[in-house]
Amino acid sequence: MDKNIFITGIAGISAQTEEAIFSEKPYKYSKNIFSALSPDFKEYIPAMALRRMSTAIKMGLTAGKIALKDADVQIPDAIITGTGEGCKQDTEKFLESVLLQNEELITPTSFIQSTHNTVGGQIALNLKCTGYNVTYTQESTSLESAFFDAQLLFREQPKLKSVLVGGVDEVSKKITSFGYLTKFLKQKEIENLDLFSQHSPGTITSEGAFFFNLSTKNQDNSYAILKGVKIFKAETAEEITAEINNYLEKKESKIENIDAVILGRNGDLDQDKIYDELQNMIFSKNCILAYKHLVGDFNTVTGFALWLTCKIFKKQEIPNILRLNSVDCNHPKNVLLYNMSSKNNHSLILLQKP
Amino acid sequence: MNKGVAVTGMGIISAIGNGVEANYDALINSSHGLSFPEILKTIHTHLPVGEIKRSNKELEKGLRLSKNHSFTRAALFGIIAAKEAIFTAGLSKEDLSTTGFISGSSVGGMDATEKYYLEYESSKSHRQFIAAQHPGFITNNISDYHGLNAYTTTISTACSSAANAIMLGARLIKAGELDRVIVGGTDCLTKFTLNGFNSLKILSAEHCRPFDDSRNGLNLGEGAAYLVLESEKLAQEKNILARVTGYGNANDAFHQTASSETGEGAFLAMKNAIKIADIAEGDVDYINAHGTATRNNDFSESVALKRFFINQVPDFSSIKAFTGHTLAAAGALEAVYSILSLQKNNIFPNLNFSKSMDETDLIPVTKVRSKKIKHILSNSFGFGGNCTSLIFSKNG
Repeated sequence: MDKNIFITGIAGISAQTEEAIFSEKPYKYSKNIFSALSPDFKEYIPAMALRRMSTAIKMGLTAGKIALKDADVQIPDAIITGTGEGCKQDTEKFLESVLLQNEELITPTSFIQSTHNTVGGQIALNLKCTGYNVTYTQESTSLESAFFDAQLLFREQPKLKSVLVGGVDEVSKKITSFGYLTKFLKQKEIENLDLFSQHSPGTITSEGAFFFNLSTKNQDNSYAILKGVKIFKAETAEEITAEINNYLEKKESKIENIDAVILGRNGDLDQDKIYDELQNMIFSKNCILAYKHLVGDFNTVTGFALWLTCKIFKKQEIPNILRLNSVDCNHPKNVLLYNMSSKNNHSLILLQKP
Repeated sequence: MNKGVAVTGMGIISAIGNGVEANYDALINSSHGLSFPEILKTIHTHLPVGEIKRSNKELEKGLRLSKNHSFTRAALFGIIAAKEAIFTAGLSKEDLSTTGFISGSSVGGMDATEKYYLEYESSKSHRQFIAAQHPGFITNNISDYHGLNAYTTTISTACSSAANAIMLGARLIKAGELDRVIVGGTDCLTKFTLNGFNSLKILSAEHCRPFDDSRNGLNLGEGAAYLVLESEKLAQEKNILARVTGYGNANDAFHQTASSETGEGAFLAMKNAIKIADIAEGDVDYINAHGTATRNNDFSESVALKRFFINQVPDFSSIKAFTGHTLAAAGALEAVYSILSLQKNNIFPNLNFSKSMDETDLIPVTKVRSKKIKHILSNSFGFGGNCTSLIFSKNG
């Protein structure tokens, strides 16, 4: 039997704050692309270094350090990062200099910082952490891939004290705005809180960094038990339902035991159809929550849902702004996160209150 | 010794050939694949690269892709290399549907992005490539093409990506999470990476000279390679090409791009790999070094080798002067070469070497050498301090 994995420290940087959500006064945005709310980065990163850093590096490094501090960990044994689109700002900057200067007089700074593992590497460098360090980039299952690896690491090395896992994605000027061209984004600008009443193709997007310290040792203030992570491929609601049921059975649970299901609904017409089917079938008796109207949809946004679940476990209260139905959930203990982006990328994260 | 995980298939495409056999022929004949860029449209036509001399159109031949497909160059390489790996492992369509796929990539579909970036807003013609910029998209292209339906993910740790993908695959098989997985990596030449490394002043205008005292930089390359890994249950009836017996990853935690003077990350990665393989340092018969031929990498790696093997450094060579540095794919290409070394009992040479560096005095193997080889250590290091070592061993 595998040991339980506890989430003992958390950090979330997004377009919302804990206070805004739990006081039912979420931040409103009127553009389909919006930025995260920055903490005071100077508290965590020297001003000199800060100047050269893109949003992803600033958010990732800061969130990593906050999560470790929260768990009272100096240096983790491993750092595993997920990012769907990597360091887009530096990529874009370097790419534009190559294209617009016709490959002449190019400076290397943004190239150096453009690699997908920049954030994971920068955290290691900042902490002088020589442990295992890997970065996953699998579209909307990048962060889930990182958690999957972390579970495996704990199984292989039960003596590990701390594994830092996090997801980060940033908004960049051009590449993010290409979302209008690919129809990932809604063509008409909407207010974020209206996301679920639009009934049109596309979604809204933002950015964020979400880091979690994992340990097999329960602490008094542990947030959650990470019961498991599953990534799968499926095309229809029936296939998804079968995968969820199989997974819960494997985890010695069933859908009736789940107090709240947090769905990755993003307001896109095609995705809505599948989510509607799931809500009418497998999830018909569950308390259903959603969150992308608060922080938009991006590849590592499930990190926000996970961070939110940790907060819900602590407070034992569910803000109304998250609710999609009126099923009661007075003592949230078992929570299932489900997210999808395409037939290739479906994910489940099963969490329990310690 | 750890029994390790069985390798039952492999495939490769690189500047020295399409397919395992063509690559072997080039290696055994010391025939390098460096040339000046022709397919990659760049102003830096004086910089040698390991370019695969087939246009995307030629690569697409026989793949039966739809007209408006979104397969970029790295995806095409990946499909071709994975196809050979699937063929040698003798996998059926049904087998593939329960096979996982873990691929390493550094810049994904950047080749298409840099071609069309400036026209995306004004023209609809190539918008299917917008999403193809991201490495996960390339991975899905390849897994969709071959119908690989089990666990699929992408690792992007710069130049150690494919080595990390092989490591993850071996770990998943050992843990019983998967019975079969295809692992490796793919990367193509782009203006983005060529100008990036050029702006860092670490590209050589000559053929690269790994571990030579006068080395002055690397040559970029392109290619893809994949291995099929299978559990004991599935592999027992099959021809086992080799075994992945050890793996280790560590971070140098020294600098975003440069390696430390002590080679700490490399040292720890090798230490972890040997420990997992459960062999002694002295059991390593040959080291397939990272050896990019930059001043910094080769010095740092040499220091790490001397520290780790306590001055008894086994035979080693870097094959980067054959293929160029294929970035995220390098660890996979070199896994195929390591397995060939095990199968043929040959060490492939470190080309263009003439004088050892003053600081470390290490001399690589410079001519093809026959040697009974049981265990090979293969190193791959990347930006962000990422260091990975793999150990490949003969079966049984």
